[in-house]
Amino acid sequence: MTADNASHYLRFDGVKKSYDQKSLVVKDFNLDIAKGEFLTLLGPSGSGKTTVLMMMAGFESVTSGDILLDGHPVTRTAPYKRNIGMVFQNYALFPHMSIAENLAYPLKVRKMAKAEITERVYKYLKLIELDQFGGRTPAQLSGGQRQRVALARALIFKPSLVLMDEPLGALDKKLREQMQLEITRLHKKLGFTVIYVTHDQSEALTMSDRIAVFEDGVVQQCASPEELYEQPANSFVADFIGENNLLPGTVIETVKGIAKVKMLTGDEITARCADCGEGNSECVVSVRPEKVFIVPGDHHYENKITVKFTNCLYVGDFIRYFFELPDGTEVVAKFLNDHVAPKLSEGDKASLYIRTKDCFAFKVK
Amino acid sequence: MTPLTQINAEITTHPAGDLLTSEEVSLARRELRRKKLIALALVIPLLIFLFFTFVAPIGTMLYRSVYNPTVAELIPQTLSSLESWDGQGMPDKAVMSQMAADMKRLANLRKSGKLAESINRYLPGTSSVIKSTARKLRRKDDQKIISQGAEFLLAANDKWSQPEIWQALIKAGKVYTDGYFLTALDLERNDAGDIQQRTSTQIYIKLYAKTLRMALIITFMCLLLGYPLAYYLANAPSKTANMLMILVLLPFWTSLLVRTTAWIAMLQTNGVINSLLTSLHVISSPLEMLYTEFSTIIAMTHILLPFMILPLYSVMKGIDPSLMRAAMSMGAKPPSAFISVYFPNTLPGLSAGALLVFIISVGYYITPALVGGTDGQMISNIIAFHMQQSNNWGLAAALGSLLLVLILTLYWVYDRFVGASNIKLG
Ligand SMILES: Nc1ncnc2c1ncn2[C@@H]1O[C@H](COP(=O)(O)OP(=O)(O)OP(=O)(O)O)[C@@H](O)[C@H]1O
Ligand SMILES: [Mg+2]
Repeated sequence: MTADNASHYLRFDGVKKSYDQKSLVVKDFNLDIAKGEFLTLLGPSGSGKTTVLMMMAGFESVTSGDILLDGHPVTRTAPYKRNIGMVFQNYALFPHMSIAENLAYPLKVRKMAKAEITERVYKYLKLIELDQFGGRTPAQLSGGQRQRVALARALIFKPSLVLMDEPLGALDKKLREQMQLEITRLHKKLGFTVIYVTHDQSEALTMSDRIAVFEDGVVQQCASPEELYEQPANSFVADFIGENNLLPGTVIETVKGIAKVKMLTGDEITARCADCGEGNSECVVSVRPEKVFIVPGDHHYENKITVKFTNCLYVGDFIRYFFELPDGTEVVAKFLNDHVAPKLSEGDKASLYIRTKDCFAFKVK
Repeated sequence: MTPLTQINAEITTHPAGDLLTSEEVSLARRELRRKKLIALALVIPLLIFLFFTFVAPIGTMLYRSVYNPTVAELIPQTLSSLESWDGQGMPDKAVMSQMAADMKRLANLRKSGKLAESINRYLPGTSSVIKSTARKLRRKDDQKIISQGAEFLLAANDKWSQPEIWQALIKAGKVYTDGYFLTALDLERNDAGDIQQRTSTQIYIKLYAKTLRMALIITFMCLLLGYPLAYYLANAPSKTANMLMILVLLPFWTSLLVRTTAWIAMLQTNGVINSLLTSLHVISSPLEMLYTEFSTIIAMTHILLPFMILPLYSVMKGIDPSLMRAAMSMGAKPPSAFISVYFPNTLPGLSAGALLVFIISVGYYITPALVGGTDGQMISNIIAFHMQQSNNWGLAAALGSLLLVLILTLYWVYDRFVGASNIKLG
């Protein structure tokens, strides 16, 4: 296999989907996934993530466009011939079979020899650390254990692609974190390709190689977690990933990707222009709370905004300060709770310092 | 754990300082007793209702099938004097005279017919003997009957000189009898008192077998028709499903009698089906469909279909649709996924529906009575016959008890092999 083929292992080419022959639920979905990659579809509820997975697995038809697996279109292939492992949100374990029988099912379907099945099932039970539980039925397992079985069952027939639709959605926080580690561990160990669906952004950020942020049937940005966080492509991504201040302003001019923006406070600041418009158009400037400073340190800060202090909140090792722009827009800043943390009282005027590289100007949608 | 043991457990597990004082314990107990009383008061009306509508009638039925006081009440003195008879040859003259006296008394009370009917069940042909003898004895003088009663009897009918009629009297005179059950099982006692197959007509065992066979066919037909429909309903969009569900339930809103009569209109010689087939030249002469086993099975399948569909539907509705998808994603073709994954999960509904339909159809009465003719009769029709026409309540009770035993046995077998806990009705 050539290197090029490896990075285009799975390809969505202009995929569209409509359920009702009127409106598109997925609009022009394009994505390349490399072999062995862990790709997450992240997006709000109803954005079409499950629909994409179902089209991939073959349970929903593709209205137009193509899905290519290893260079071959699979759009017309029956689901049972695609050799794709799938983990369902509600586990979908067969309640009338024991755990071992559940794991053996895909192998039996493939007419594998009995001895080999027993061996492989045992190996995978060990892998998910449930080798004592093979004889139990799914109803006799805890949520996390069921989840592990579902995972093992999707992996046991060694599919090259595994789809997971919010597999941890039903678990509590602690179990979820544990299972995230478990999935990452198995992924590293076995090297399969994953398309993972979630609307929990911290889950997406910790687990994925790349994240495709999905909104309204369109991929807004597909990038590594770091890039997504540090360089959001538009205001939706900026708002959706992590916490962000979105400050309204007007673009005066854009030079070499740096926009000069006039704020409501009258301050003029400079910001990186991701998709800000031309001169004299309305925009929002996004700044993360931890990139806002009130006491200028050694750094050189290009931007300064004057705001009014409203109140602050102790969160333990840091403090959240709340400020207000003249039009009432709230600005949040996060400071370490150390000796330089400023003492302010309500109504005080304050100056906020921000670096140009931490400001992003986006078009108003 | 009941609340009381919970309290006790708390007493023992808590450190000494947390112990309840004896006063507090008695208060807690009183509170508990009050709750139990309230719970009991809430179900008492139901218990009373159940007793009068369920326990008492079934108990009476079971009792009636072995309790037979009629003859014992009619001729008590004859029966007690017959006790000295060894059953061989003829009884004493005194016994016969006593019988004559009893019969005269009954004749005057106009109860000799009842005696005749009861004895006739044990020795067919005796009814007229007793009735005519009683008529003749009515005008005889009491004194004379005491001295010459035996001669009067023999003169009235020479059947009285045969031991059989006296044996029949003894048999009929027993207050507790297994005779009804023997009859219901096509058995009888021979002269030596051993149980043997009845030499005359044998109808009941055959009827039970036929009833079971018909119930099985009906259950199978309901399954065949109901399963695909329930599957469709469970997977259809809710708007369509609700609409169709109403159609499934529609039969419950119309009278059973109307539905059954509709089948008469459909199936009779000049009925809808026959005229249709004739006019299409499929058949040249009308088919005999009404008053056959066929018509009973068709009509009952129609009537009992909802009982199959409803549990199946509710179970199928609860099956996670992603199970089938999971099976297919693992490489199973749709038919094999259906058989290995979907079908096993519908078994609780299937067995509940099948059991329901089977048990209802085993005891069904109205439909076979109306459309069954002689061919399509089931055991309950014979029970009704003995209740209403032949007035043999004892036999009806025995037949009914056997039906009850049969159903309980089947249920037990079912429980052994399938497990009653697998039943899911909704
Ligand atoms: N079978 C269907 N028929 C018609 N519309 C559907 C169907 N399935 C999904 N939709 C619609 O398609 C849109 C996308 O649904 P989808 O299930 O893909 O969302 P999602 O991103 O998975 O959301 P969630 O995070 O809540 O699971 C929704 O507006 C939904 O109403
Ligand atoms: Mg979804």
